[in-house]
Amino acid sequence: MSWLLALPFLIPIFTALATFPARARPRLCGVLSIFGCTLLLVVTIAILVLVESNGTHAAQMGDWAAPFGITLVADRLSAVMLLISGIVGLCVAIFALSDIGKYRVKLGFHSFFQLLLAGVCGSFITGDIFNLYVWFEVMLIASFALLVLGGDRIQLDGGIKYVALNLVSTLLMLTSIGMIYGLTGTLNMAQLHISLAAVDNPAAVSTLAVLFICAFGIKAAIFPLFFWLPASYHAPPVAVTAVFAGLLTKVGVYALIRTFTLIFPNDLGFTHSILLGTALLTMLTGVLGAAAHYEFRKILAFHIISQIGFLVLGLALNSPLALAGAVFYMVHNIVAKTNLFLISGTAQRLTGSFELSEIGGIYRASPLLSTFFFIAAFSLAGFPPLSGFWAKLLLLKASLDQAAYWVVVVALVTGVLTLFSMSKIWAEAFLKAHPKDYCKCLGDIPRYERYQRLLPVALLALITLLLGLVPGPFIDYSLAAAGELLEPAGYLGAVLGLQTQ
Amino acid sequence: MNSLILQTATRVLVALILVFSIYMLLRGHNYPGGGFIAGLIAASAFALFAIAWGMESAQSALRIPPGNLAASGVLIAALSGMLALFSGDAPFSGQWLRLTGDKTTGGISISNVLIFDIGVYLAVLGAVLTLIFALEEA
Repeated sequence: MSWLLALPFLIPIFTALATFPARARPRLCGVLSIFGCTLLLVVTIAILVLVESNGTHAAQMGDWAAPFGITLVADRLSAVMLLISGIVGLCVAIFALSDIGKYRVKLGFHSFFQLLLAGVCGSFITGDIFNLYVWFEVMLIASFALLVLGGDRIQLDGGIKYVALNLVSTLLMLTSIGMIYGLTGTLNMAQLHISLAAVDNPAAVSTLAVLFICAFGIKAAIFPLFFWLPASYHAPPVAVTAVFAGLLTKVGVYALIRTFTLIFPNDLGFTHSILLGTALLTMLTGVLGAAAHYEFRKILAFHIISQIGFLVLGLALNSPLALAGAVFYMVHNIVAKTNLFLISGTAQRLTGSFELSEIGGIYRASPLLSTFFFIAAFSLAGFPPLSGFWAKLLLLKASLDQAAYWVVVVALVTGVLTLFSMSKIWAEAFLKAHPKDYCKCLGDIPRYERYQRLLPVALLALITLLLGLVPGPFIDYSLAAAGELLEPAGYLGAVLGLQTQ
Repeated sequence: MNSLILQTATRVLVALILVFSIYMLLRGHNYPGGGFIAGLIAASAFALFAIAWGMESAQSALRIPPGNLAASGVLIAALSGMLALFSGDAPFSGQWLRLTGDKTTGGISISNVLIFDIGVYLAVLGAVLTLIFALEEA
């Protein structure tokens, strides 16, 4: 059992090690990478099935008992995040075959990509807060390498901003972990839940809570700590941006959710108000930034921020329905966002640019790609019956239940503005005729490349449709996950072997 | 830097620093020390060498490209954690091969803990040297 829980990070690490010596042979490298991602997807499905049938599972690395050793824990939230990482990993690995040139593969693209997946999966499965920090570091190093790999001028420019702010976040995180260890003498998250409740020092605990909000807030790109994201996400190749957009900021949100349901379970009077305020401002600033831009990927990058606001809103409202909404929203958003970035890459391949003013005519040249974009973009804007509609509905219902009407107003305004900028892309890139009459058809690009570009996009669009048309089982699952978060007895039982009530 | 004093001193110092790094690696088994800090110390030896004798000399003294060194280090560390598979323990459990004596009297034994640490040593040495060489070339 303990091996199964370790596999989500062992598989990518060994795949990274296998692709490293093969990097001079791009085709072999691609095959290895896809094989590794497929294996990872199978393992994450197995973990989800296990958790769904038997409840939360924990494993002790190196046979050191909790709370002393490193614990791996899979509950419903971890399991679904792992599964979605597996799906995104596989889709981006396929897309990268045609998107990443030989030059970047030779510099070790696939190894760093797999290392990034290891960091993401490790963060989702660990039950130890220092180990979480280690996985964040693995992720940061891999993402920095991916960001600057190839060394374009624009990439280095984005990379410096990215690394500077992320190092601040890492430093804050390490400081807060050191403080929490000083207060409680433990780093195991389940043990922290118990130990921190017994600490009689409200000032220190509140300080810690705010430090954690700042540390994870930078990673998650919440207001006002999001500046690094739009400054860097348009720089690297599309495959890299897609996996960053899909997974990296969500790891920050996951860490926030985990910290503020398990370690600081009680509202400290103001932490949830801070989170609520930032959530609303994040939603608004992100979507306003998107409305102001005219570059395909910059618009999408600002939308990431706006969507993060919705996720944090779910956490801030702190009711079962709101947390379920956050979980559902996270899954929907990862799928739709990754897909939109992948589509932007193919749109650039067809039309030659990311600038909306310089491109157009995609609808005429390739209706299939336009359909996929329509599904992903209008799902993001919350059009019924696509997945984003249900995600927003859950959050709106949760706010109405708490009589937080102004939250509903902000969410609806954000929704309308999202629709506006998605329509902007739709009208400019897809409907409008290409200014230089240059747009290629999908048929013009080589057959293999066409499959490598369309297969992942089709798969992700299918998932979006599935989430939208049959939301029942997914909402039930999210509600169960939210229940586990608010009632951590099962988690504590699995980790510390305590009897559950 | 073309300094006779530094170059002469480096000949002795590099050897001393490398021996000290091995000492730190082995000491880390029971006392403060270990693969990470030892790897950093070894990297400082090569950095000193590069300052005194130039980048090319340092690279040829290392013999292996530092990236390969880092990857093989991670591989050794990861594989040492997999040894537990054969005894049916949890991943990364300690595996001990006793050559003499037993658990109570002590004696000589080989463990995968040491192999893991050697992996970390190589990984840190390789990663830091990759950075130093890249910065020096830029």
